[in-house]
Amino acid sequence: MVARGILNFPSRPSIRAAAVAAGPLEKKKSIFGPLFDKLHDSELCGEDTNEKAHSRLIEDACGLALEKAGAMPADADFLLCGDLVNEMTPSNFAAANLHLPYIGLFSACATSVSSLAVAALLTESGASRLALAGSASHHNSIERQFRYPIEYGFQKGPTAQWTVTAAGFAAVTQNEPGYPEIRRATIGRSVDYGLTDPLNMGAAMAPAAFDTLSRHLFGTNSVPGDYDAIITGDLGSVGSSLFRQMAKEEGLEVRRSKWRDAGEEFYGDDPSFFAGASGAGCSAAVYFSDVFQKMLAGEYRRVLLIATGALLSPLSFQQGESIPCTAHAVELSMSGGGQS
Amino acid sequence: MIMSFIVAFVVGGLICVVGQLLFDVANLTPGHTLSLLVVVGAVLDGFGLYEPLIDFAGAGATVPITSFGNSLVHGALQEAERHGLIGVITGIFEVTSSGISAAILFGFIASLVFRSKGRP
Amino acid sequence: MDQKTYTQLEQKMTPKVPLAGNLIRAFLVGGLICAIGQAIMYFYMYFFDFTEKTAGNPTVATLIFIAMLLTGFGKYKKIAQFAGAGSAVPVTGFGNAMISAAIEHRTEGYVLGVGGNMFKLAGSVIVFGVFSAFVVALIKTILVKLGVIGW
Repeated sequence: MVARGILNFPSRPSIRAAAVAAGPLEKKKSIFGPLFDKLHDSELCGEDTNEKAHSRLIEDACGLALEKAGAMPADADFLLCGDLVNEMTPSNFAAANLHLPYIGLFSACATSVSSLAVAALLTESGASRLALAGSASHHNSIERQFRYPIEYGFQKGPTAQWTVTAAGFAAVTQNEPGYPEIRRATIGRSVDYGLTDPLNMGAAMAPAAFDTLSRHLFGTNSVPGDYDAIITGDLGSVGSSLFRQMAKEEGLEVRRSKWRDAGEEFYGDDPSFFAGASGAGCSAAVYFSDVFQKMLAGEYRRVLLIATGALLSPLSFQQGESIPCTAHAVELSMSGGGQS
Repeated sequence: MIMSFIVAFVVGGLICVVGQLLFDVANLTPGHTLSLLVVVGAVLDGFGLYEPLIDFAGAGATVPITSFGNSLVHGALQEAERHGLIGVITGIFEVTSSGISAAILFGFIASLVFRSKGRP
Repeated sequence: MDQKTYTQLEQKMTPKVPLAGNLIRAFLVGGLICAIGQAIMYFYMYFFDFTEKTAGNPTVATLIFIAMLLTGFGKYKKIAQFAGAGSAVPVTGFGNAMISAAIEHRTEGYVLGVGGNMFKLAGSVIVFGVFSAFVVALIKTILVKLGVIGW
């Protein structure tokens, strides 16, 4: 194996603050609800359309992340953001309101990590002192685009996942002691194992997650035991089982308590969400609340975040294509600890 | 009369079972499944089999989407009987319009009144 | 892990749909909707002078009206999750397809949104219905004209 796509950040950019804004269902049903910074009572978040609500969530999370970093929008250098609506409309419109130099990123549901990686690169190069990185999703606007109108009656099977309505953003700065540092990242490849069912995303994405994990471990000369947690984005219960099984069959040490998945955990055990949560906001919401807070509290010293994304489109599905997927990984460590 | 309800229930139920098999075993999308069932209804009427089914099962045969295919063929054949081959095209929507009209009308009214809500 | 091995693993580990349960639920709900349709037909026949042949039209319209209410209040999708084809195959499913699309696209305006997208899901049913009716009627008419069969 050749170590490809590995990024190192010797200057150790920090995640100085992080914030999450979410919708009413997440307020009611997500086990991470109490950790989120802003919870809306209506899906429209006070706006006219779902897409504007989607933008509102992005603006809320960005504003709160900056506030927690003790900064104002005028202090930020870059906005790295993305979503799954056509042409990333909600991100574009949120960026218009935030007035920041903006790079729109599309990695589907893996955008939470790809944006962190790019923010870290910009910080490493000295171009950025404060960058906002994150992603968002809104259930209604994504469902109607990728699947069916919200009120359409169709029967979901046990592999279906629910797109969350949430936005998570991190304020990435030059190194500051006492905050989680971005040490390394591995950029995902587009991996297509020939799966075709858009209602079974987890199974389609697991190979991409495993490809990135393998390359990261190999390229950084580390093993699963080096991390306090390995947290995938939204493989859901089905995809996570496959991911862990693939790891076991490759001889990796898999400790169930350490190998987490944001999608599987997001809505707890509620069966009405089938295989779990998904969406660009799913991984962002969990990484930038639960994981971030656990690191600040000292519970996690070194974690590997692997956000997963399915790179299909409604068009590719209609054209009978299979589903290529990707997974981006970022390694966070609490300052002063861990490894060389 | 009770019998007519039972027969409607059973026949309608069975047609839906066929649809469910197309969903779960053949892995067809709802769009493919319903389109296929409409075609089946049309073909059955071509063989003169759908009308007897309606006589037997009443709503059990008129309510499923298959009856839409049946009505379209009926309209076409009625016109063809009267006006020859051209009737095959001109007659298609003669017999059936209530379903489509109602769906368009109520769809539009619904868009004026209702909003979608994303609940599981 | 190569693709072939993964495909086998995936087939093994992915939970299967509850087929028996789905079939039973589809039967029960589909049958119930048809029985309700039968009741509506009798209603029109006894109170409004429709015959058995003509009662079908107002019945279908009534069922679609009911589908509109259920769709608008967010109940149809819950019935559909339970019933699967039992709610999709009856004409109420056709109504739900058009009505849900209309409701959804209101944010794009009534002309481009509602008008332009209403047939998004139900369009193929109409297209294939018309096309297959044309083919079937054409073949039958030609056979009749040739004297092979009668009307």
